[in-house]
Amino acid sequence: MAGSELAPLSLAISRISRITRLRRLPGLRRADPSAPLDELYAVVAITLRHHRHQPLTAIPVSHATIDNVQAPAVTVDPLQLVIGEEELLVERAVRAALDAARLADPTAELSRSPVADVTPAEFAELVSPSLFSEGRVIVLEAAQDASQEIADAVLSYCASPADGIVLVVLHSGGGRSKAGKGLPNALRKAGAVVTECPKITKPADREAFVRNEVRRVGGKIDAAGVSGLIEAIGNDLRELSSAATQLVADSGGVVDERAVRRYHRGRAEVTGFAVAEKAVTGDRAAALEAARWAAQLGVPHVLVADALADAVRTIARVTAYPRSDPGRLASQLGMPPWKVRKAQGQARGWSPAGLAVAMQVAADVNADVKGAAADANYALERAVLRIVDARALR
Amino acid sequence: MTVWAQLVGQAEAVEVLSTASNAAAELVAGGVPASGAMTHAWLFTGPPGSGRSVAARTFAAALQCTQGTGCAECTACRTALAGTHADVRMVEPEGLSISVAEMRELVQAAARRPSTGNWRVVIIADADRLTEGAANALLKAVEEPPERTVFLLCAPSDHPEDVSVTIRSRCRSIALRTPPPPAIAEVLRDRDGVPEEMAHWAASVCGGHVGRARRLATDASARQRREAVLRIPLGLRQPAAVFDCADELIKTAESDANEVSGARDDAEQEELRTAMGAGGTGKGTAAAKRSADAAVRKLAQRQKSRATRAQRDALDLALVDLAGFYRDVLVYATGSGSTLTHPDRASDTASAAREWTAESTLRRLEAVLGCRDAIEWNVKPRIAVEAMVTALHRG
Repeated sequence: MAGSELAPLSLAISRISRITRLRRLPGLRRADPSAPLDELYAVVAITLRHHRHQPLTAIPVSHATIDNVQAPAVTVDPLQLVIGEEELLVERAVRAALDAARLADPTAELSRSPVADVTPAEFAELVSPSLFSEGRVIVLEAAQDASQEIADAVLSYCASPADGIVLVVLHSGGGRSKAGKGLPNALRKAGAVVTECPKITKPADREAFVRNEVRRVGGKIDAAGVSGLIEAIGNDLRELSSAATQLVADSGGVVDERAVRRYHRGRAEVTGFAVAEKAVTGDRAAALEAARWAAQLGVPHVLVADALADAVRTIARVTAYPRSDPGRLASQLGMPPWKVRKAQGQARGWSPAGLAVAMQVAADVNADVKGAAADANYALERAVLRIVDARALR
Repeated sequence: MTVWAQLVGQAEAVEVLSTASNAAAELVAGGVPASGAMTHAWLFTGPPGSGRSVAARTFAAALQCTQGTGCAECTACRTALAGTHADVRMVEPEGLSISVAEMRELVQAAARRPSTGNWRVVIIADADRLTEGAANALLKAVEEPPERTVFLLCAPSDHPEDVSVTIRSRCRSIALRTPPPPAIAEVLRDRDGVPEEMAHWAASVCGGHVGRARRLATDASARQRREAVLRIPLGLRQPAAVFDCADELIKTAESDANEVSGARDDAEQEELRTAMGAGGTGKGTAAAKRSADAAVRKLAQRQKSRATRAQRDALDLALVDLAGFYRDVLVYATGSGSTLTHPDRASDTASAAREWTAESTLRRLEAVLGCRDAIEWNVKPRIAVEAMVTALHRG
């Protein structure tokens, strides 16, 4: 116990009784009998025993500890529901819950277990208060796999949560069984605080995430910096977050594209669709660059070839119906409207003759990547060049 | 009536094979026939539909015949022709290729003495579908088979692309010819009871493929599909028609394949589940369920391969019909007077020949043949067919 000093016993005792009033001490239940007693109580107990037959004047207690307990309690939500599959955000929510609980009680313990591994009896033991009612954060993972019994146990606990215990339920948002699927709604009704962590799939969301990360550590980033960082790091949030944080530290707060380029180079992810899009818009240099990156990063050749074919034939199909309304055309061709609109935009540079050549190129390269060509990388590059050339045909 | 009646218009092959089966009978009886009359490994080659596997089966029947050499009456002949003879092992791949494992097993089985018949006969119906490894596994057995074992291999040709040189050099080759239309019409009429007129029509448009002729003569939906395919060349006027035609080609191939395999898939899976003891309740059924699931997964893989094969075969059939049409246009344009592949489409052929230049017809023919190759290279059928139809439209 650091910084201990003598304090009048009466004061200490009144404080202790206050603590007991603050936190109920029901039955002698402890999760683990061999666990050391809470430090504060251990000290008080030992001191009391030592001085039983002597005039008690003072006992050593840590002011710091007691003051922490007495500090205006941060209200911790005793029921929390974290919905979603974005791992980093879920982890953060758990961490936030734990931090909040530790503010209220620095000795709060964290216990995590998948719901499928917990029986109702074990759950009851987890959430029942212990001898000295240490704070506890109980995280139930993968609640979508909950059986009916454990779901019932969780819900009945939610009706009367115990003091000092924070229950955090992690749920993917899906679930196969009825109990697993229904859990989030039932928890919401029981008053759980909900944190949503949906998987980030849209580029705009990812950019917003990066901007937030930079802001969180007190930096600033411009749009070019954001796109440059995502291009170089890829789509993994954890990596994006650590890179953003590091960049803020390295660049002194303001992150722009130059700062990003200084530390990160290259491209983490490129899809076949990126290659195809550049190729059908006639951007020779960018298409070749994307194709090389795809080869470098090991994007399967078949995927790139399929994307090329898909891009070309979508344009060909759309041009077969000139001046059509995208919405009607979409239902006619069985494609999503955004795809039709995009293809109509791309179709502008193409002539029928060029499209016929491009279709043949796409079919040829499809055979090439399946073993007809000796070198699939070369075949893909040649196909990209031929498609760009075909676009210029009149 | 002998077994040889099965072979349509193949007089030369019948002569060689009957001599061989006579010699084989003499061997079985303990005599010493003229050297070279009977051989332990044969390779039947010929164009599709010329009856390679029928020839192999017929020869097997002649070898197994208990009444002489191919009476078509005794049990041995009939079971051999039906593919149920205990000593005639038929390898007829339904999937895309024949695997090494299958061949190793076959080599083991081929090493045994015949049980009821005179010879142990192994027929590999599509030797061109042997993978390289499978061909090598077979090699040793084909080279030096046991005394009473005969290997009969069937392939479109003895080109190295179809049959490896090493296998080919160990077999005696029997080349079958394209059966002439009158012979096909005759067999349709006599064996399948097809009316005279229909038999003649089917024989004239089948391109020398006996099985196809029978299908066209007896199956109305097959005739419809052929009509739909042959409407394509002159139906390609609008750019939008390109994708409709391609869609139709793919869809017909898919429905054709579904007709063949779709109904069988579920029944087979159900049967396998029952055989493996799935669906039981009580103690110890979990293990049975697991192994049943694993077996069903394996079966599903084989079924998928079979479905792909069926779809490709159906598409190939359509492409061959299409290629035949463009060939006819060229024949008509040059005025050579050769027999047309689709004589019933003569008016279309004539109008196409007036409209197109010979060069553009040739380009179209090339596109169709290129599409066949592409599909063999495992190109997605839709991509290959759309590219082809675009080329047909452009000319």
